[in-house]
Parts: sequence; structure tokens; C-alpha cells
Amino acid sequence: MSSTAKQPASSSYQHVESRSVMSQRERIFTLTFRFTIIGIAIFFALYPVIYVISAAFNPLGTLSTRSLIPQGIDEFSDLFTNFRTLLVDEIEIFPFWNWLFNSILVATISTTLSVLVCALAAYSFSRFRFNGRRSLLLGILLIQVFPNLLSFVALFLMLQQIGRLADVIPQALPFLSFIDWGFLRLFGLDSLGGLILVYLGGAMGINTWLMKGFFDTIPRDIDESAMVDGATHDQTFWMLIFPLVRPILAVVGVLSFVGTFNEFVLARFLLRDNDNFTLMVGLFSFVSAEFSQNWGKFAAGSLIAATPIVIVYLLLQDQIVGGLTQGAVKG
Amino acid sequence: MSAIASKARPPQGDLAFSKDQGNIVVIALRYLALMIVDAFALILIYGFLEDQNLGLALILGVITVGANIFVLVPSLFPIKWMTPGLMLITLLVIYPVFYTVLTAFTNRADGHILNKSQVVDLLGQQRYVPEGAQLYEWTLYRSEDGTYALWLTGDDGNVAFAPAGAPIIEVESPPEEAPPTYEGYTQLTRAERTQALTEIQNLVFGEGEDTAGIQGRSQAARPLESRYVYDEERDALIDQSTGTAYIADNQEGLFRAERGSEVLQPGYQVNVGFRNFERLVNDPGLRGPLLQVFVWTVTFALLSVLTTFAVGLFMALILNDNAIPGRKIIRSLLIIPYAIPGVIAIGVWRGMLNENLGIIGAGLGSGIGWQTDPWGVKFGILLINLWLGYPYMMLISSGALQAIPSEVYEAAAVDGATPVQRFWRITLPLLLITMGPLLIASFTYNFNNFLIIEAYNAGNPPIPGTNTPAGYSDILISYTYRLAFGAGRGADYGYAAAITIIIFAIVAIITLMQFRLTRRWEEAGANV
Repeated sequence: MSSTAKQPASSSYQHVESRSVMSQRERIFTLTFRFTIIGIAIFFALYPVIYVISAAFNPLGTLSTRSLIPQGIDEFSDLFTNFRTLLVDEIEIFPFWNWLFNSILVATISTTLSVLVCALAAYSFSRFRFNGRRSLLLGILLIQVFPNLLSFVALFLMLQQIGRLADVIPQALPFLSFIDWGFLRLFGLDSLGGLILVYLGGAMGINTWLMKGFFDTIPRDIDESAMVDGATHDQTFWMLIFPLVRPILAVVGVLSFVGTFNEFVLARFLLRDNDNFTLMVGLFSFVSAEFSQNWGKFAAGSLIAATPIVIVYLLLQDQIVGGLTQGAVKG
Repeated sequence: MSAIASKARPPQGDLAFSKDQGNIVVIALRYLALMIVDAFALILIYGFLEDQNLGLALILGVITVGANIFVLVPSLFPIKWMTPGLMLITLLVIYPVFYTVLTAFTNRADGHILNKSQVVDLLGQQRYVPEGAQLYEWTLYRSEDGTYALWLTGDDGNVAFAPAGAPIIEVESPPEEAPPTYEGYTQLTRAERTQALTEIQNLVFGEGEDTAGIQGRSQAARPLESRYVYDEERDALIDQSTGTAYIADNQEGLFRAERGSEVLQPGYQVNVGFRNFERLVNDPGLRGPLLQVFVWTVTFALLSVLTTFAVGLFMALILNDNAIPGRKIIRSLLIIPYAIPGVIAIGVWRGMLNENLGIIGAGLGSGIGWQTDPWGVKFGILLINLWLGYPYMMLISSGALQAIPSEVYEAAAVDGATPVQRFWRITLPLLLITMGPLLIASFTYNFNNFLIIEAYNAGNPPIPGTNTPAGYSDILISYTYRLAFGAGRGADYGYAAAITIIIFAIVAIITLMQFRLTRRWEEAGANV
């Protein structure tokens, strides 16, 4: 036991027993057992992935294909039949590039704004002591309990009302019609602006809390020395603190980008027009109608959409594990 | 740390540490920006008031006043920093919750969207042909922007041109036939005219007192009069063509004929107090599916947590051994399901489990009824959710396993505990302490996991014999969605909001338990 006592505290108890109690034969048996389980688990985890990859390259493009190896390939370009159908032949019916562009636009704008706005709030919570600070912090935590998905009826009606202003204002205040109030429709129902607003509101609480934690890890001496030199709060934040937290903000930004990019439910509630769809809503439209014929297109589109995201997740898996325990559950 | 500080600090010369409060231009610009924002907010508030939308007008007013105070009062500078965040939270998180509660006490639904005065206005726009109106032959015209107009030829030789929504023009010395174009309008062919018929049959041509409308395939009448006139004293709409009075029923939000049961469409929105909640309890057509949906919601959330936790923990234990080669790669492969966007993953599963063609649904696993049998669908959902969710549990349990000190196990080994005993007596209890709150969070998440229900089978198969659109695999939130935007049956926002409030309450109770368990509340209070 003396040898195991020197192991770092993180070493596991299986480790302990494999060194001290078990014989060679038992160890081989355990390893075989473990690898059998791991094999089954990997099969379970990856079977759908392999299946959809094979479907994406299968020129038949139907659900009824039984083989994982694409059939009926005469030349190399046959492999990309589904991609061609999706991106070239039927682009008029299913505006894939529009969907992709919408998704990137929505995710970029809402992530940038939310990171900025939350960083400002988090800095204030982290650095200033003022009346009502505690209640505000707890209030934000409490509000987060009700995800805005739950108020979808109200959000739907609200966006409808905002969009209606585009007609109401020019009628009620005709002298203001030199402004084109039609832009308010960009924030109404079935608009990307409205969707961005909803995402922004939903992300506020959790991001503020996360970032406050990061700001707390930066020593206050830095601010204080700058203040002594006569810097204002704004200067301290933008020139000293912000550059220091930028790497962490970048990680939060990337994860929140991916989360927004993947979001489906609210986008489905609020977007109605085919051209306004985000990528996930668009891909889902393949699934919900004439699935069998659309299967190939769905698989090809999914491959395009999911590959970058899976790569990001695998690269950032350590940060994600860290964020998971802080309550940043995948949306 | 000092190294960071000195690295981060730019040279003194670049940092003009002049207090910008002293700079008049900056101050002026700041006030100008604030004034523009305020003016804009005022216009929006006026617009909302004009649209009879007191709620949004009020909340926007509160937000604007608050923002002004925070920005202008120097001593409130800490809150100035969070002004944008607070504005967004108030408008998009707090107000919607509040608005949901308000909606739950109204009869808001398709046919009850507008408020009373809006309905009176709307019905007031309907016209009828009074006795003694003049009859015309009509020919249809359309302008480039799609406005219709009528060329009216009277029995007495009078000719008039009546565009929709603009004054009627008397045509002096008219040509024999209706001209092909007139005043920017083009005459439509007979086929186009037939096509447009449904569109124009209720259209009012002309403006103000002098209006005309079509009566049939060739006949039009002029002038038209308002059909419904509101009588304030009786609180009723009087049908001018028949003399029938439609009395306002402010309980139901309807104008109902004085005698008989005829009602005018649309109805209007009224406060109904707790009636939506009473319906939940009393109406057997609602109560039945609601109870069924509720039981499945709890079962689904509970089983999802249990299965994902069991598999995740099991895999974490299997992998928790440095002797396993390629641990990092195995872990990466195993978390791939977690990395794939949910809709895509569920779509793929939906394809694989398809009963007619899917590789599993019509192959090895045929006969389970993955998409048509109530139990098969539920089983499918749990299977997919296991696939989606176990990597999360695996990740957090392996973190928690690492945190258990090895001395505990050594002590147990000395006492002669078997591996099974060690798992049940040491590992699991210690894990549950750290993971308990996360398990509860996962329960809450699945309780409202609209995504998997909607994307897998849209709540189907439907429960027969209910008067609401409920399905066997529906959970509360998806059932609410179907009520609010119900296909074919008409939306019932008030009732949907009432169920949402029940969900709010359940979520609040679960979270309270979670806070109790974690003491996160106190922690949050302590470390601020």
C-alpha cells in the first residue's frame, strides 16, 4: 500500500485495486471487460453519426437504403449528388444559403451584443459596492429560473405588437412619415431582429453570472493602481480589464455562438417565412414533410451544419466541462 | 500578477487620463444621444398607446425613465453600467412572464384578439345597401400597386369611377364603353375579374359618406351605409339593415343578438378571472388529457435523468482508470452525440426509427411502433434522449469522481469492503452530494424539453376523444404550444397561458428544492 499512498489524490480507487489486489489474469479480464463495454458504447454513440454521413454521400438519397456503404457510384462525383441537389438544383425551393446566412447573422449579432452588455454588467457587479447590489444579483439568478421559452405565448404576441407599430405610427403621427417606420417590422414577428431580441433577453442572466465569476478572479489591485493614476472607470475597464478577460470572453462567445446557432424551438415559434428560417428550422422542414424524399438533402445539409460545431466542441471540451458545473447547460 | 499588470498598462503618454467629465463636447454629445433615444422611445410609446397596447407602452415608459435616471444621476454610476442589460431583462424576460399571467385571466383566443372598442370600429366598417340606393353595372379596374376601382354605369346613364379608399369621381360626358385605362387604372379581363371576385366582394369603394360596393356578378350599389352602429346607452351594436340589436356580453366578450343565439364575429377580449383555471379542473375534455400529459411529463423527465445518469456514471467509472490506453480519444468519441446540434440528431434518429423505411424502425426493431404506438413512441423518445444526454452526465460524473479523495477508498479496502459495497456505500452517496443540484437542473430542463417531443414526433399519436389537440407523447410545454397555436382548432392563448402558469409554479418549486440542496442561495449571498 505504501506505493499507492504516493499517488496523487486524484487517482482513482480502481487504480488502487489494480496495483495491489488483482493478479495479472484478473487485470487482463477487467481490461477486456472494459473494452467490450467501451466498444458497445462507441457503437451506440457513433452509429447514427456514421449512418447520416453515409446517407449524405449516398446518391439514392432515400430513407430505405439498408447499406452503410453508398451504392450505385459510377464516378467520383456521384458521391456528391445530395449536395448538388441541396445547393444547386433545388436552391430555389430550399434557400440553404439564406438559412445559413440567417443563422450566422443572428448568432453573431446576438453573441456580440450579449457578451458586451453582460461584460459591462458583470464588471459593475464585480467591482462596485452599492445599495441593492445583492438583491439585483439574486434577482437575476431568480429570473433565470424561468427560461424565456416558457413565455413563448407572450413573446409571440409582443413581437406581433411591435411589428404592428410600423403601420400605426405613420398613421398616428403623419408629420413623422419622413422616417420609414417599416424598419420596425425587422423586429416584429417572423423577423430575424425580433429573434435576436428574444435571444439577447434570454442570455442575459446566465452570462452575467458567469462573467462576474471571471472578473472576480482578476485582482482588484490592477484597477486600484489605475485609479490612483487618475483613470476613470471607463478607461480602467476598456484599457486594462477588458484586454485581460478577452480570452475568457472569447470562449464564452464561441460557446454562446454555437448555442444560438443550434437553437431551434424559439426560432420555430417566431419565424414563419421560408426565406427567414435559420438553418436549424430549415433543416427541420426537410424532416417534417415528405421525409423519405428529403432524406438525402437533410443528411447533406446536416453534415455541412454539424461538422464545424462538432469540431468546436471537441476543441473546447475542457472549457465546456468547466462551464457545465457552473450551470451553463447546453441550450 | 504584477507582470500582467505592467504588461497590460499602456505607456503613460498614450493614456490621456483626463477626466472626460470635464470635456464639454463629450457631455454635449452624450446628452444629444440620450435625447434622440428618448424621443424615439416617446414615439414608440405613443404608437403603442394608439394601438391600445397599454402594457408595452407602460413597460417601455418604465424602462426609458429608469435608463435616464441611471445615466443622469452621477451617484448611480454602478447601475449605469448595467443599464442595457437591465433594459433587456425587463423587456424580454420579466415583462413576458408578467404578460403571460395577465393573458391567463383573459379569454384571448382566435376570434377574441381585439379589445371591445377595436371590434366596434372593425364592425363599424361593414357596409350594407340601404333602401333607395342606386344600382349600377360595374366593370373592374386595377392600378399598378394593386388597388381596385369600379367603373359604374347607372340605369339613368350616370357614370362614375370609384377607386377603393379614394373619393368617387363623377365622369362627365362618358364614352360609350368603359375605357381600357382610366386615371392610371387598367381594365381587367373577364377571367381576371372572376379571379378577383372573392377579394373585392366585401371591399368598400369610395371614401367617407359616398361609398359603393358590388352586389353580385354584375350589379353594384351606391351609396352604402354603415351596417352596425354602436348604441352607447344600450351597450349594443344595432344592425341598421334588420334593426336587430346585438347586446354586448361582457362576460364572454361577444355581441349577442337580443333574441336568439346569433353572435357577431369577431368577439372581443375580456377579463374572465379564474375561468381558464376552472376549466382545467372542471371540463372533462380538458382535464383528461391534461392529467395524462402531466403524468407523462414527470415520468419522461424522471426516466431521462435516471437513464442518462446511470449510463453516464457507468461509462465514467469504466473510463476512470489511467491504465486504459487512449482514454482521451475514447472520451472525445463518446461526447460526439452531445456536440451534434439537437435538431439534427433527433432528425437522424427519426429517420432511423421510421416504421416504414428506417434502418432500425423497419429492420431489427420493427414491430415496436416507434412512431404510431403510444408506448413505442415514448420508448423511442427515451432512447434518443439517452443518446443525447449521457455524455453530459459522463462528463460531470467523471469530474465528480476525481474529486473523491482516494483515502476514503483505501480505508474501505482495509476494512475489507467489496467493490460493489464501495460503490453503493461510498461512491454513489458522495457523488449525489455534488451532483444532486445538477441532476435536479437536468430534471427541470427535461421537464420543459420541448425540442425532443416536437422534433421527434410532434406529440403524436393523438389521444382520441379529447376536445383539445393532445398527443400521447406530449409534455406540458408542447401541449401548451399546441393549444396556443393549435392546428385547425384555432389558437386559445388564454388557456395556454393558464397552463404556462402551472408550469411556472412547478419549475419554481423544483428550483426552490434545488437551491435548498445546494445552498446556492446563501453562497450567492455570501460571495457577492
